[in-house]
Amino acid sequence: MTGKTMSGKHAGIALAALLGVLATAAPALAQNEQFVPNLVYRTGAYAPNGVPFANGIADYYKLINERDGGINGVKIVWEECDTGYATDRGVECYERLKGKGPTGAAYVIPLSTGITFALTEKAPVDKIPIISMGYGRSESRDGSVFQWNFPLLGTYWTAADIILQHIAKKEGGFDKLKGKKIALVYHDSPYGKEPIALLQKRAQMHGFEPLLLPVTHPGVEQKATWLQIRQNRPDYVLLWGWGVMNSTAIKEAVAVGYPREKMYGVWWSGAEQDVRPAEDGAKGYNSAALQHTAGQFKLHEDLKKYVYDKGQGTAKWEDTGEILYVRGLINAMLGVEAIRTAQERFGKKPLTGEQVRWGLENLDISADRIKQLGFEGELRPIKVSCADHEGTRTGRIQTWDGKKWNIASDWLTSDDSVIAPMVKEAAAKYAAEKKLTPGCLVTN
Amino acid sequence: MLYREVGQFKTSYSADQAIFPIAQDRWFVVALVAFAFLAVPLFASQYLYTEVLIPVLILSIAAVGLNLLTGYCGQLSLGSGGFMAVGAYAAYNLALRLPQTNIILVFLFAGVMAMLVGLLFGLPSLRIKGFYLAVATLASQFFLEWAFARVKWFTNYAPSGSVAVGRIELFGFPIDTPAKTYIFVLAIVVVLTLAAKNLVRGRIGRMWMAIRDMDIAAEIIGIRPLHAKLSAFAVSSFYIGVAGALWGFLRLGSWEPLAFDVNRSFQVLFMIIIGGLGTLLGSFLGAAFIVLVPIVLNQLPSWLGIGMSTDTISHIEFMLFGAIIVFFLIAEPHGLARLWAIAKEKLRLWPFPY
Repeated sequence: MTGKTMSGKHAGIALAALLGVLATAAPALAQNEQFVPNLVYRTGAYAPNGVPFANGIADYYKLINERDGGINGVKIVWEECDTGYATDRGVECYERLKGKGPTGAAYVIPLSTGITFALTEKAPVDKIPIISMGYGRSESRDGSVFQWNFPLLGTYWTAADIILQHIAKKEGGFDKLKGKKIALVYHDSPYGKEPIALLQKRAQMHGFEPLLLPVTHPGVEQKATWLQIRQNRPDYVLLWGWGVMNSTAIKEAVAVGYPREKMYGVWWSGAEQDVRPAEDGAKGYNSAALQHTAGQFKLHEDLKKYVYDKGQGTAKWEDTGEILYVRGLINAMLGVEAIRTAQERFGKKPLTGEQVRWGLENLDISADRIKQLGFEGELRPIKVSCADHEGTRTGRIQTWDGKKWNIASDWLTSDDSVIAPMVKEAAAKYAAEKKLTPGCLVTN
Repeated sequence: MLYREVGQFKTSYSADQAIFPIAQDRWFVVALVAFAFLAVPLFASQYLYTEVLIPVLILSIAAVGLNLLTGYCGQLSLGSGGFMAVGAYAAYNLALRLPQTNIILVFLFAGVMAMLVGLLFGLPSLRIKGFYLAVATLASQFFLEWAFARVKWFTNYAPSGSVAVGRIELFGFPIDTPAKTYIFVLAIVVVLTLAAKNLVRGRIGRMWMAIRDMDIAAEIIGIRPLHAKLSAFAVSSFYIGVAGALWGFLRLGSWEPLAFDVNRSFQVLFMIIIGGLGTLLGSFLGAAFIVLVPIVLNQLPSWLGIGMSTDTISHIEFMLFGAIIVFFLIAEPHGLARLWAIAKEKLRLWPFPY
């Protein structure tokens, strides 16, 4: 009996102490610092893909601080929070970190379409912009309705359109797609469902038959899905997977004998982590590459000199050419450039989320600037405006040869005559549901 | 010494039947509610509201609901997540299609729809018991999740299957800040808890408990199992439905069916097991435990100033959370509410135990 009371008392004391800490915890930061929250997932089913991305982001910030002493002298401070790709934990991380630093969070990178959807509701209230680079809501390209969302480098509609264009080219034109079957194997979440609208629109236009095959989280069980593919024999399979779902899909394709040459993944289904587990079976598998592909480039010289040679690297040096690591670098660079753009107008000091949002909306990275930044060959010029929060709509197709990714197509641009009306319609519907008045946000 | 009812005479039936017959209890609860309404808004930060108080309060309603069914009536259910989803999507659709509806009516409608669905899925409980019933309710969970992911009408044909709610107003007064949301949720929690307390100590609650303790004996003394079990399913689902609507509207703002997946069902079930089956207090303690412990564990290293990598923190969080659950269940299998009851017993004798 005494033992029980003791444990009860201890628990009470511990709980009281923890609640006390919970109410008061707010570490102070030095003044000339720009705080950036970093929502990552280094654990859970999606960790193999989340880790390199998070490493890339962290290393780019380290490089800017080490080499340039910050952005115009303003050091970047960041803090990671593990979301495990779960929406509620992601929101908790965001709430935990959004107020840190002298000016609060500059921007947030959710790295999950589900978390992006949840934060979309919070961003206008908290005045913190969301950079959902190549993911998130496709209609959030319309900056007059989604004033705080920046799906830079392209949305899922852009990605799907690029893949379909490539397929059409291979077949000899969109008219040749008539009567063909194109399957979409997708992660059964907002992420996987995003391209469906575009696929259906294109199917209607060109008369091919879309076959929608959802896979439930986390995607390790796909026998039934691939049985359907064996029965229906679609001409092409689009893969919208993430984490273990990608490698499982490729292995299942090998098992049912579906040709990998006819499989096209989105750019989140086209990393080394996705193809390596299938070993030789992945040979011939394609994926979209919005902008960059794998491999080290110019920036890596500085990265080695200022970060890795000092033993400060977050990843292993030989992994810094991996696709998702490079993507992390690019994502961090876009954020840093947005802060830099905003600094030109608001002064070289820590900025608020509202000011960084202006920087994002006026982001203009020319080919020369890309070269200066050390990203030559990885990116094409980006110009963001209120009407276009994507900045660029181009991409290529890459193919896995068993050892590495090779670019297999020219630059393709998504067809805005198809996508723009869809964006307009979806954004208008969102504005009506939320009772918003569309308009460009003016920051003074 | 402080906690002793000596000298408190019950001179009327109403005094004897009061919810808190002991004055100290009564004043403690009144003070607690007053504190929650008046004092908390004076110091609470936004984080405390949105990530601690509001989630705990909303999930407490769900836990109270499940506790009525499982703790009081003895019907094991794994369908809470699904019923929460029914509440959330019912509220979403009513608010979308009839935008002028008062928000209170929206939440009531959510509860009523969940109640109807709960009644339907409660029917098997008349024939099957225990673990078999748990499996039947698990089926309802999967069915409901499937329905909200596949039937496009529920999500207003949103391309990604994710829905978002607009501005929330109560009698023209916008509920837009965390503080207002907190007060609104707190008011709902107080009303629903009071109703639940009165239900379980009245005829209906006794009927449920009789069924829980021995259904055949209950039947012999004249309790209709059909009536008792279905009423438990109805009331329980109502509470869970309201909690689901609140979770969607006031906590998430935008959600997908995944927010109400089977993990949510387990979460609510664990809350009442750890908090204490068959006690309303346990529902609150359990909800607080399940929501807060992971958050605290995750932030503990940074509070203590220990530099740790993000993944280590996450792994440690999982391990310690599991260990703490096991510890509490060994220390007190009847849940946190039982610990509280033991503490009160001890306090009566303090400082002269015998």
